[in-house]
Amino acid sequence: MRNTVLSLCTQVNAARTPLPVNFMHKMPFKFFKGITPKNFRSTASLPSLVVTPSEGTPALSKLNGHKNKPEVTTMLIKRCLSFVATAAFSLSAMAWQPTGKVECIAPSDPGGGWDFTCRSAGNVLKDLDLVPGTVQTTNMAGAGGGVAFAHTISKRSEDDKLLVAASTATTTRLAQQQFPGMDASMVKWVGALGADYGVIAVGKDSRYKTLKQLMDGMKENPRSVKFAGGSARGGWDHLKVLIAAKAAGVDKLPSVPYLSYNNGGEALTQVIGGQVDAFTGDISEATGFMDSGDLRILAVLSNERLPGKFSEIPTAKEQGIDAVAPNWRGFYMPKDTSDEAQEYWTDALEKVYASDEWKAVMKKNGLIPFQPESGTFEEFINKQVADIEQLSREIGLLK
Amino acid sequence: MDTLQFLMDGFAVALTPTNLLFALFGAFIGTLIGALPGLGPANGVAILIPLAFTLGLPPETAMILLTSVYAGAMYGGRISSILLNIPGDEPAMMTCLDGYPMAQKGKAAEALAMSAIASFAGSLIGTIGLILLAPVLARFALTFGPAEYFALFMLAFATLGGITGKNPMKTVVAATIGIMISTVGIDIATGTQRYTFGVLKLYEGIDFILAIVGLFAISELLFFIEERAGAGRKMIKVGKLMLRPKEILAAVPTMFRGGILGFIAGVLPGAGASLGSFISYTMEKQYLGKKAHFGDGDPRGVAAPEAGNNGAASGALVPMLTLGVPGSGTTAVLLAMLISLNITPGPLMFTQNADIVWGVIAALLIGNVLLLLLNIPLVGFFVKLLSVPPMYLLPIVTMVAFVGIYSISHSAFDLYFMIAFGVAGYVLRKLEIPMVPIILGMLLGPEMEKNLGHALVISDGEWSILWASPLALGLWIVAGLGLILPYIIGPILRRRMNNAMKESPTSD
Repeated sequence: MRNTVLSLCTQVNAARTPLPVNFMHKMPFKFFKGITPKNFRSTASLPSLVVTPSEGTPALSKLNGHKNKPEVTTMLIKRCLSFVATAAFSLSAMAWQPTGKVECIAPSDPGGGWDFTCRSAGNVLKDLDLVPGTVQTTNMAGAGGGVAFAHTISKRSEDDKLLVAASTATTTRLAQQQFPGMDASMVKWVGALGADYGVIAVGKDSRYKTLKQLMDGMKENPRSVKFAGGSARGGWDHLKVLIAAKAAGVDKLPSVPYLSYNNGGEALTQVIGGQVDAFTGDISEATGFMDSGDLRILAVLSNERLPGKFSEIPTAKEQGIDAVAPNWRGFYMPKDTSDEAQEYWTDALEKVYASDEWKAVMKKNGLIPFQPESGTFEEFINKQVADIEQLSREIGLLK
Repeated sequence: MDTLQFLMDGFAVALTPTNLLFALFGAFIGTLIGALPGLGPANGVAILIPLAFTLGLPPETAMILLTSVYAGAMYGGRISSILLNIPGDEPAMMTCLDGYPMAQKGKAAEALAMSAIASFAGSLIGTIGLILLAPVLARFALTFGPAEYFALFMLAFATLGGITGKNPMKTVVAATIGIMISTVGIDIATGTQRYTFGVLKLYEGIDFILAIVGLFAISELLFFIEERAGAGRKMIKVGKLMLRPKEILAAVPTMFRGGILGFIAGVLPGAGASLGSFISYTMEKQYLGKKAHFGDGDPRGVAAPEAGNNGAASGALVPMLTLGVPGSGTTAVLLAMLISLNITPGPLMFTQNADIVWGVIAALLIGNVLLLLLNIPLVGFFVKLLSVPPMYLLPIVTMVAFVGIYSISHSAFDLYFMIAFGVAGYVLRKLEIPMVPIILGMLLGPEMEKNLGHALVISDGEWSILWASPLALGLWIVAGLGLILPYIIGPILRRRMNNAMKESPTSD
């Protein structure tokens, strides 16, 4: 039973028509308004919360600064006659196996980061035979993930073949109580599959050469540096600045000027054009202008230098500012499912993360290795939510 | 030269079999839509948006499809102007003046061919203008800060009614409705919820694709049901084509002048294609004076407005692509689509989404050739299609609209919204409140608010930043002129337009 499970499910139409696979990069503008997918991708790790990215093979990031950031999510599939070949991997501890249709909800429109997370992780899950058949991705946009979160809690609470894509944007919104009446404990957190790290950058002609210099300027006058980012006020890009400023000892955080744009690209244009002093965003967004020489990245908010061509960029830590801000992409699942099911999916995601297929996906899409240690993901989430909540209170976003 | 290189890359994108097929399909459907009286390019593009989503097209293909529809509709408008003396769309109005008299004289085929060639010439000139001007303007746009953008959006709103707008108050009402709708959702600058009433679905605001498809496509269906259910129309017979090269050559300078004037009119925000064809026609009429018999079936009277409106159609893409400010109603719809595809118009798009921008531009050039080919030999076919009773077309359009909108987010809620917008659109159109300002309000309102906020943050609350730079000041002045001039020039122009229409002996 360990290796091959042949399960016949009730419906025999083996390949049900997949949902229209809509690769359109559709993401309504409105979406960005306030609830930017970008926020989503952002992950919050407050200064205090130091997550050690697991050191995988260096993944070269190659995403030009365009806002669709991949979010990695997973999900699985559908299908009836399922041939579960848990093949080469010995899943010794696995009493539970998914049978039938496995579904991944991407809480965004097709083309968004979460959509990418579902589809790409779903493909790898399929390739590794961790799911019967394929993973069906369902798009459920709304309220920056709130619609999907509510759906999972209220309508699918016992569905153990459901994964939902999530990222720092999800925890940010949970922390800031933007999903009314819902909190992080209402779902089970499964795992993360990589991250995109925060950067703080300036135009090539800026007088600031290091993050330290910039922060020293802000210590004297918190209004002296104006930041542009692609998330709403209080969103992840804004929080990144505050995390760094707080770590550097800047007071009066609420008075740090932050200009929110619809996406990172628009914010970058203003920084390159010299209208705004500094850019806050993710490394994948900044890559294009970094390569062209228009943008000087002052610091990346990671524990250690990033791999590949990013290795030239100093971390904030090196400059004496203990700020780390990974935007993770991962998944949660419904609460009332068995522990075995959660264990299975956590384990499956770890296998995905370790696979060469996934490494190729990360490399292609500018994701950087990041995975909380096995079994600590829920803890990580709770900590992140608590930290964001505290920071949001400090800057007056939450009362 | 960079531009040339990009253009070549664009051709590589546009010439892939799928994209070529969609360009052909778009050109065909566009011509048909343009030819159907009442269905203008904005409606045509709005109707095709759901199709792009239904088919799950990648962004460049979706944009190529829609721009081909746009170009096709500009071609198609002339068909019913010439044959029925009913403009297929507003920009084709001036084509009635000489086109219909030509048709009455039994020269319908010549009028159609001449206008197709003029459309081709105008569009070619416009597209070349676009290729030359857009990258320059895109680089220039980097110097735009929040204050300049704010002034630019003011300019767009000020010129919104356009010189040909009928009732300025109704334009203001429409724009206000649009801005009001756009405030729903979480305010990006403060994170505050506005008019969401705790409904999760409203947190992200109202998707303007829903509004566009509802206001344009669904309300159009309701109108069709009301007015045009039943049989098709009677047509003038199209005879054998007897156009001699000499006649075409005689009209080439006209086409050239028309195309350039049209392009300039198109680049100006708010003016659009109608102005382009009007200016081209009147200028040409004055320029040729007694040497021509305009209004009486002069082929040059067909060539001038057609070159003008097609030139304007390409010109209107310039501000839309480079600054994110649409130059006309249809480009507003295209802009909404771009944003929905997650592409931010502006300087960045020319580098980061170069494949899309240049693919679309190359597709315009290819589409033009396709359109010319479609429109000369196949014109008889379009004429036949014009007489297909709408009862066969409507169910298809309805189905595509519903499937397309549903496939965006799989939400029935969105469908209700679309229907609500459709009904609202029907009522508003009955009240003669224009639709385009609503869309512009929805698109530009939030941008204006955002840039105002940003300007004030940058200046630490000093309002004078809004007109501090010479560029911003210049934009304010043009905006002021745009607001005042229509009151002075508008009535004069409109009187002339009406007179021109009356002079034409067979006007409706």
